[in-house]
Amino acid sequence: MIALDEFAAAVGSQGPVTIAGLGTRGGAVPGVHTVTAPLGIDFVQADEMIVSCGAGTPVDELVAAMAAHGQTVCLPAGGTVGGALAVGHSDVRRLGYGPVRDTLLQARYVSAAGEIVKAGGPTVKNVSGFDLCRLLVGSYGTLGFLGEVVLRTRPLAKHSQWFVTDATDPYPVFAALYRPVSVLWDGRRVWSLLEGHPADVEAQATSAGLAPCGGPPVLPTGSRRSLSPTQLVELAGDFVAEIGVGIVHHAQPATQAAVGEREAALSRALRVRFDPAGRLNPGLGV
Amino acid sequence: MNRALVADLRTLLGDDRVRTNSTELGLYGRDASNIEGSAGVVCFPLTTEEVQGCVLACVRHRTAFVARGSGTGLAGGATPLDQAVVIALTKMNRMLSVDAVNRMAWVEPGVLNLDLTRSVAHLGLHFAPDPSSQQSCSIGGNVANNSGGPHCLSDGVTAAHVLGLEVVLSDGSVVLFGGEAPECNELDLRGAFVGSEGMFGIATKVLVRLTQNPPAVKTMLMDFTSVEAGAQTVSAIIADGMVPAALEMMDQLCVQAVEEYIHAGLPVHAAAVLLVEVAGLPHGLQADVDRIVEIGMAHGAGTVRIAKDEAERALLWKGRKNAFGAIARIKPNYYLHDTVVPRRMLPEVLRQVYEIVQRHDLLVMNVFHAGDGNLHPLLVFDKREPGVMDRVHAAGEEIVRASVAAGGVLSGEHGIGLEKRDFMSLMFAPADLAAQADMRAAFDPSGLANPFKVLPSPAACGDVQHVPEGAWV
Repeated sequence: MIALDEFAAAVGSQGPVTIAGLGTRGGAVPGVHTVTAPLGIDFVQADEMIVSCGAGTPVDELVAAMAAHGQTVCLPAGGTVGGALAVGHSDVRRLGYGPVRDTLLQARYVSAAGEIVKAGGPTVKNVSGFDLCRLLVGSYGTLGFLGEVVLRTRPLAKHSQWFVTDATDPYPVFAALYRPVSVLWDGRRVWSLLEGHPADVEAQATSAGLAPCGGPPVLPTGSRRSLSPTQLVELAGDFVAEIGVGIVHHAQPATQAAVGEREAALSRALRVRFDPAGRLNPGLGV
Repeated sequence: MNRALVADLRTLLGDDRVRTNSTELGLYGRDASNIEGSAGVVCFPLTTEEVQGCVLACVRHRTAFVARGSGTGLAGGATPLDQAVVIALTKMNRMLSVDAVNRMAWVEPGVLNLDLTRSVAHLGLHFAPDPSSQQSCSIGGNVANNSGGPHCLSDGVTAAHVLGLEVVLSDGSVVLFGGEAPECNELDLRGAFVGSEGMFGIATKVLVRLTQNPPAVKTMLMDFTSVEAGAQTVSAIIADGMVPAALEMMDQLCVQAVEEYIHAGLPVHAAAVLLVEVAGLPHGLQADVDRIVEIGMAHGAGTVRIAKDEAERALLWKGRKNAFGAIARIKPNYYLHDTVVPRRMLPEVLRQVYEIVQRHDLLVMNVFHAGDGNLHPLLVFDKREPGVMDRVHAAGEEIVRASVAAGGVLSGEHGIGLEKRDFMSLMFAPADLAAQADMRAAFDPSGLANPFKVLPSPAACGDVQHVPEGAWV
C-alpha cells in the first residue's frame, strides 16, 4: 500500500487546492495551491490481472512496466494515471478495450475534508456497496484527489495490426469483423485495428478487403464530440469517427451537448456533498 | 397500511394492478433470500408515468417504496421492510428498439435476461451478463445488482453492458443517465446508478449493449484429484495471458449431486472439476484449447473432455447452471454465499471453508466462478433440525470474514442488500461508508427509495436499523 499521509496533509482541509500531473490534459487550475499525487508502482499481480500504483505515475511508464509481464492497462497514452482517470476520455481502442471507467477497480483518494477515503475493491469482480469509482472517473478531481489506484489489466495481444481500405460507408467493414479493437472512418477510408492469432487476423482482413497499414490516421484536434453511433453517417468536414462507439475527432471546434437540467442538478448535489466549499480544482467540472 | 395511499394508487392504476390480499403480500414480502420482510401493498405500473405516479404517491404519504423485478435476488435487496410499497416492474417487459448495426437495444426493466438474448439471437447478438437465474431474472434487477454470471470473466459484468438509463427519482422527476452518446460533460450518473440496489431511484428504460456471438466455441471439462490443483490451474491459465470466456469449478459433492440429476457422465470420483469455455475465431481458439489442456495436464488433470457438439456443450452447462436444483437430492434447504477472493488465495480460502463448515457440522458444495475468484459456497441443510439455522449463519459469517481477510470482497454479484449490510465495515472504514451515504443522499434525499439496505448504521444517516428475520447480525 502506498502511504498517502503526506499527500493528504498537502491537500489539507481548507482553502482552494488543485492537483497537477504532467499537464497533458489541461493541467492544474492556475493560481491555486498545487499538490501532486504519489507516484510509482506498488505491485503487479499478473495472475490476478491487477496493478496498484500511485495516481501520479506516468501512464507510459506503467504501460512499459506491464509489458514486461505480458499485460497492458487500457488507459490513453501520455500524462499521469490520475489525470487519465480524472478526465476519463478513452482512446481509439475503446470499441475493443472498453471505456476508461471500466479500468478502475479501487481508489484511495483524499477528500475535501483532507481524509483518505477508499472506493471499490481490489478484485476484478466486486459489487460491495455503491460504485463510487465510476463517479470518480471523469469527475476532474472535483469529488476527491486520487492518491492510489488498483487497475484492471489485460493480456497483451499475441498479434496486433492496423488495416485500411477505401470506403464511403464504414458499416459493411464494421459488420464483417468479429470484435475489432478499433474501427475508424473519415468519410472516405476505414481503418481497423485487429488483434489475436495471426492467422485469424489475416483471414478477417482478407474477408473484409482490408490492407495492412502503419497505424491509425492522425486525429483532428478541433473538437472531441460524443454522438450517438447512429448519427455518424451524417458527419461532414474533416473528421475521424469511432464507428460503433460514437466519439468523433473533428477539425472544427464544437460545444459539447449539455446534459438535462435535473441531471446537472444531481451532479451539483453530488459535488456539494463531496466538497461543500468547492475547494477541489475550483472551476473545473462545470 | 395507509388506506389513503392505497386509494391514491388505485385511482392511478385501477384495482387490478394494486394488490393488498394477504397471499400476494406474503409472496412479495421477500425475494429469493432467506430474509422475511413485510409488504404493505403491491402495485404493477405499465409505464414510466405510472411509476412516477406511484413514487409521488409514496412521497405524499411518506411511505418507503421498493422496486422489484423477478425477485430472484439473494441478498434481500428487494425484501420490503415495514409495510413498504412494492413497485413491481414485471409488467413493463417490452423490447422497445433494437439497433442491430450499432449493437444496442432499449428495453423495459421487466424484460427477462434470457428473453433479451433470445430476441436478438437471429442478429448474431446476445446480452453478455448471464447469471444462473437468467431464465427468470429481469434486466432491471441485473441493473440494480450489477449482476454477473459465468461469461462475465471475459466480457465484464452488467455495468459494462448498460449504456443508458431512464430513471424515476424519489422526487418524481424522470431523468436520463448516459445514453447512446458515449461520453457526457458530467459525472457518470449511469455508472453510479448500476449496482445501487434500488436505493437511488427506479430504472424504467435501459439501453443495453449487445455483444457479437462468437463464431466458434469450445467447452471442456478437466478433473483433478485435489481442489488445490484445480485452483492452481485457473491461476496458471490467466497468468499465461489467456482470458477464457468462462472458467468454472465444481467440487466433488457438487459434481456427484449434479451427475445424479443430469446423467452427463461427469467424473464423480474427482475432487474437483473445471469447466473451461473458450470462444472466438478458429485459430486463436484452437491455440488456447491446446495451451489450456497442456496447463491442465501439467497440474495433474486426470481426463480432459472436450464437448464434441452443441448438445454435449449444452449438457455440461446444464450441469453447471442447474447445480442448485440438484442439491435438493441431498438436503431440502440451502444457503448460497457469494464472496470474491484473489485467485491465488482460492486454495487457502477453500481449505478454510471446508474447515469452517465441518466445525459447524454442516455440508458444503462449492460451485463457482473460479476465473474471477468468485466463490459460491452452498451450505446444504434441513431447517427442521433444531438449531441448524444458528450454525448456518455462524458458518456463513466466518466464510465472509475469511474471504475479506484473504484480500477479497463481500460480494461478487449478489449484492449487499440486508444480508451483508452489517458486514460492510469489514471492508470499509467510517469515512468510506460516509462517502457512499453521500451518494445515496444526493440521489435520494427523501430516503424513501428502498431504505435500510446496503449501508450499516450510522452511515445510513438516521435510518433506524431493522433486523428482519433471517438476516445475519
